Amino acid sequence: MAQDNATLTVGAEKYFHEQLAQGHFLIQRCKACSTSIFFPRMICPHCGSGDIEWYAPSGKGTVYATTTVRKKPEAGGDYNVALIDLEEGPRMMSRVEGIAPAEVKIGQKVQASVKTAEEGNIVIFTVAGE
Amino acid sequence: MIDKKLRGSAAIVGVGHAGLGDATGFSEMEIMVQAAQRAVADAGLTMQDIDGIATASVAATMWVMPAIEHLGIRPTFIDSTMIGGSSFVAHLMPAIQALESGQCNAVLVCYGSTQRTSTVNRAAVGNMRKMMDPQPYENPYNPLSPLSSYALAANRHMHQYGTTRENLAEVAVAARKWAQMNPEASMRDPLSIEDVLNSKMVSDPLTVRDCCLVSDGAGAYVLVRADRAKNMKQKPVYVLGNSTAIWNRQISSMHDLTVTAAQQSGKIAFEMAGVKPADIDVVEVYDAFTINTILFLEDLGFCKKGEGGAFVSNGNIAPGGILPVNTNGGGLSCVHPGMYGIFILIEAVRQLRGSCGERQVDGAQLAVVHGNGGTLSSQATAILGTAETL
Repeated sequence: MAQDNATLTVGAEKYFHEQLAQGHFLIQRCKACSTSIFFPRMICPHCGSGDIEWYAPSGKGTVYATTTVRKKPEAGGDYNVALIDLEEGPRMMSRVEGIAPAEVKIGQKVQASVKTAEEGNIVIFTVAGE
Repeated sequence: MIDKKLRGSAAIVGVGHAGLGDATGFSEMEIMVQAAQRAVADAGLTMQDIDGIATASVAATMWVMPAIEHLGIRPTFIDSTMIGGSSFVAHLMPAIQALESGQCNAVLVCYGSTQRTSTVNRAAVGNMRKMMDPQPYENPYNPLSPLSSYALAANRHMHQYGTTRENLAEVAVAARKWAQMNPEASMRDPLSIEDVLNSKMVSDPLTVRDCCLVSDGAGAYVLVRADRAKNMKQKPVYVLGNSTAIWNRQISSMHDLTVTAAQQSGKIAFEMAGVKPADIDVVEVYDAFTINTILFLEDLGFCKKGEGGAFVSNGNIAPGGILPVNTNGGGLSCVHPGMYGIFILIEAVRQLRGSCGERQVDGAQLAVVHGNGGTLSSQATAILGTAETL
């Protein structure tokens, strides 16, 4: 499943979303400097190398920052927006589900999963078990 | 990297604005042209004297072309760099270089928006932007754009440094107190810390009173070479330093949510000007949200990283405090038409001319102007001074 940018016939963005549509959450790693990369791109933002591989991260992460977007119940109610630091290093925007938005706190250990949604699959997080 | 030869080589000799607050019945181009005409007249020039232009629009990517049509000019220097609200501070350096090289002799920098009263509603513009300027790794989570990004930065600053909602509220209250001394400001009713804390929460920890206004408005300024500025109608305001920095677009790409690229732009601008924060008499920073003022005062070196919350408290940046900040009332209480950067420059020029009436900072000689754009993305700093500071 995991590939290199060099072997892909599509760009990084399309490949990421194709994999996500099949339920796979992949990130990238630079083969030149070993730095993990998210969001997906064509060259390494740390060293400029184009030698990039894809892999499935552990899904383990830590809440770096969080906010509750306030919405009236009739507009769908409050929801969480969070920045998650992945165990492998990169940061991504996501949402912590399974607890009230106000209960999401910086430093919480969370676990990624791919949520199936009509408008397209997305990566969300839930609080990690002890 | 820092060209000291350009220090003080150009001066702002005219400023003007139009349509502040509510410009019902006018297009954004029309109020921008009014502001431009006022800035040119303020400089004692005619529109035919303008041979350089810098402008940008939130929506129209080729905005400078109709602007040239409306103004009736044939410029030899054209800059339409669009990096959000800081654009009009960032426009300074290319304009200074063009003036210095002889490419042109008088540059008009201008902006206008009818964000408040336009018939195109802001939700529709927001949806169009998602297509025109996609952020495919953030949009699926529906952050309020740009508000939630600033809320995340505030949340992190509070966690890391113990900054409180009361500290954030101090910024809004100080801005309101300055606005109460500015007859042109939109919001002049009394505002207390409790009012801010008890107002409607939008994206935690930011309430509606931690957020800038949504207004109409246009602003413009005219820049010429320093030798020419000396003999013109107004007291010249010299550009002593200017620098622009961008480290990221998305908030999720920001390395540290408590540190902005203002550290880079500020350092270079201060070095070019040969002054330090302690020398500055008046500060105009882009306060789209209350956390901005705290972040920028830290990153520009007015206080240490993490101490911004305490620095703005006890009325320290309000009238009568230790450092006058956002003396027009800011984007929080004066005016905020989409991209506010031009208005901080106009206010700094007026302060250095000594023409601010009740809110005038006594003896102001040196000002720092700091513009922000996107979601803490683009940062542009300018140091302005009177003839005495050359």
